[in-house]
Amino acid sequence: MSSPIVKLVAQRVALGILLLLAVSVLIFAGTQILPGDVAQAILGQSATPESLANLREQLGLNQPAYLRYFHWLGGVLTGDLGTAMSSGQDIATSIKDRLWNTLFLAFWAAIVAVPLAIILGLIAVRYRNGWVDKLISGVALASTSFPEFFIGYLLVFYFAVQHQWFPAISTVYEGMSFGERMQAIALPAAALTLVVLAHMMRMTRAAILNVMQSAYVETAELKGLSAFAVIRKHAFPNAIAPIINVVMLNLAYLVVGVVVVEVIFVYPGMGQYLVDHVTKRDVPVVQAVGLIFAAVYISLNIIADIAAIVANPRLRHPK
Amino acid sequence: MSNELDYLSRRVAAGKLSRRDFLGRAAALGITAPFANSLLSSAARAAGPVKGGTLKAGLVGGESTNSLDPALMMTQVPFAFGKCWGEMIVELSPEGKLENRIAEEIGSSDDAKVWTLKIRDGVEFHNGKTVTAEDVAATLERHSDEKSKSGALGYMKGIESIKASGKEVVLTLKEANADLPYLLSDYHLIVQPNGGKDKPDAGIGAGPYKIVTNEPGVRHVGERFANYWQGDKMGHADQIEVVVINDATARTAALQGGQVNMINRVEPKIVDLIKRVPGVTIRNHAGPGHYVFIMHCNTAPFDNNDLRMALKLAIDREEMLNKVLRGYGSLGNDFPINASYPLFTEIEQRKYDPDKAKFHYKKSGHDGSVLLRTSDVAFPGAVDAAQLYQQSAAKAGIKLEIKREPGDGYWNEVWNKQPFCASYWGGRSTQDQMYSTAYLSTADWNDTRFKRPDFDKMVLAARAELDEAKRKAMYHDMAVMVRDEGGLILPMFNQFIDATGAKVGGWVDDPHQELMNGYALAKCWLEA
Repeated sequence: MSSPIVKLVAQRVALGILLLLAVSVLIFAGTQILPGDVAQAILGQSATPESLANLREQLGLNQPAYLRYFHWLGGVLTGDLGTAMSSGQDIATSIKDRLWNTLFLAFWAAIVAVPLAIILGLIAVRYRNGWVDKLISGVALASTSFPEFFIGYLLVFYFAVQHQWFPAISTVYEGMSFGERMQAIALPAAALTLVVLAHMMRMTRAAILNVMQSAYVETAELKGLSAFAVIRKHAFPNAIAPIINVVMLNLAYLVVGVVVVEVIFVYPGMGQYLVDHVTKRDVPVVQAVGLIFAAVYISLNIIADIAAIVANPRLRHPK
Repeated sequence: MSNELDYLSRRVAAGKLSRRDFLGRAAALGITAPFANSLLSSAARAAGPVKGGTLKAGLVGGESTNSLDPALMMTQVPFAFGKCWGEMIVELSPEGKLENRIAEEIGSSDDAKVWTLKIRDGVEFHNGKTVTAEDVAATLERHSDEKSKSGALGYMKGIESIKASGKEVVLTLKEANADLPYLLSDYHLIVQPNGGKDKPDAGIGAGPYKIVTNEPGVRHVGERFANYWQGDKMGHADQIEVVVINDATARTAALQGGQVNMINRVEPKIVDLIKRVPGVTIRNHAGPGHYVFIMHCNTAPFDNNDLRMALKLAIDREEMLNKVLRGYGSLGNDFPINASYPLFTEIEQRKYDPDKAKFHYKKSGHDGSVLLRTSDVAFPGAVDAAQLYQQSAAKAGIKLEIKREPGDGYWNEVWNKQPFCASYWGGRSTQDQMYSTAYLSTADWNDTRFKRPDFDKMVLAARAELDEAKRKAMYHDMAVMVRDEGGLILPMFNQFIDATGAKVGGWVDDPHQELMNGYALAKCWLEA
């Protein structure tokens, strides 16, 4: 039974790598068509023709694009992301801490959001169409429909300005204790949780309800199992594939989609780093961050695929 | 009598009068020494700085691309943090006087062409090295090098030679410049060991705080430098911290929530709301910064002075000041100078006059619409301002077509390229600097394309003039010329609006830049 799985996994991973390569070409091409150039952006309003020419030459902006692409790809493969044009810092070093911060925030948001979403989804199914179901769906949908910045500002207003239970800004730095760190990220993690909750909850609910129509669920009901036992034993395992899919999608979002939340809470993660460098036309950084984001997306999708295959025997043994 | 003593004791507390002199004055007024002493200590308690604590600022204007190299400092955070860890050659006091720092004395030849800086003894860098004349000379050399990327290069280019000998640095200028000491107060000119030639971003300075954490775009922390040469005047908090908060709402929330003690750039539209928050003080004050609409004097249809005059008369400055800045600013008069410059003279205020505008518009022979480009980044409220302008101009029969440009690339693609657009200027410390940067025919940033040989001559003559009264008259004439013939429409000067939380002591309004000219963290203290 292991060999088809290994084969499938190998296939998916190979496909993922190919996809990543294609993405790298797209990213590189995309950054080439941004208006203006990095020298112009660094110097901003104070650019003079001489200083522009000096900076361009120093940054190697005079080489043709394809040469720069291969040079860049070679560097990435050997773990060298290059140096930021605008500040001259090593990108890999600066990204390391930032990526860690983003993952830390995403991790805690996920720890809260994923189980909560699934449990709420299960409860909604159990009491489907009743007031509990409607309340859960209503609140979750409302929190998703608000833009992230609005939720963020509401949380700040209530918990930081009015009551001062949590800090309004979430700067984290080395040497902070775990407790301090958790307190600092409480509000952004809550905002992220509210943002991704509804999607996962609704999907869980829909997937399980879908399964609930099947004959075997009816059989289970007829043999007198309690409503929760039916859902837990018979419906949930069969609905797991779409649930995993939506969970992975949201996990990816927690990493790559947090730009707004990070800016509002002044959280030193990848999102802020990317925003800063896009405005500076700092191409190497934009490329590196883009590639990392793509890698996160692709690998989480691979994991979702594989998990779905493992969970569903019918996918494991195709006819 | 007691008034005078009160005043004098406060002078002592502020460090402007020596204790000994005070006791002498007191004795002369018939006060016994013990009583005089007790007067003095109560004044010191009331006005004196408190040592200790961590002073935090939440500031807009920091990016992860920031560098500690003073030459590359561009935005507010490096500027404010630079004033904490760096020491300048000379600085402008809040009253606009020159204050000697690393230079103990500055003298010039009679023709203002050769300048001698005498370097102060016993100023120490954070690495323990003493500041020498060579370090100062090397700093100036680095910033005046043609290949330099320094933001100060524009002014420094006028230096022909820099020589250090003994305790002196001698600067020879290409052309006479009576304002040279003012130029040396430029915030890029932080004195570094060997001028920063070896490692420009090492962050070693001679300022009141040494850098302990430098995370660009996130936060910067400084720790009091024990050997700072002026420890009684600056460096009161044990530690200072700059947290980068670019989002305006987050910034105010951080001040309200008590995570930071001061913030910069409070938006005019929320100032009145913030004022109601207990413990928060709004620190707004006038400065040389101005919001403008600029026309290229050499591009049709703006090459016609009647059209330019029509557009200048068709703007309702008062309405704009009230609606865009909510009154946190002052009226502009179409020349880039206001009372924050030392040699400013008043000129009759230009007013909104649709009839006169109509007259000049007709006379210009232009008909059809005029295209004005604007963007959110041109200045805060620039899009609204353009719309107000459109309405007031319509009443004068002038059709303004507004084009909203993306903020991204505005400074590269629109400003200084398109013939009519919105923009802002931060101002400079002297009129010569302002005119040389943007109104000389040869200036790189002549964004109004104001190219007038007669005006250039006036700038050069005023620069070399050492008689203050004559200079003032010259600047008056120059201002009139720019106002009546130039391509600048200057509806308003903006104010700097900072805010401090409870317990911040020692704040002094400084007209030159926001946050007490960047010194707020270095000069303020946390009240016990």
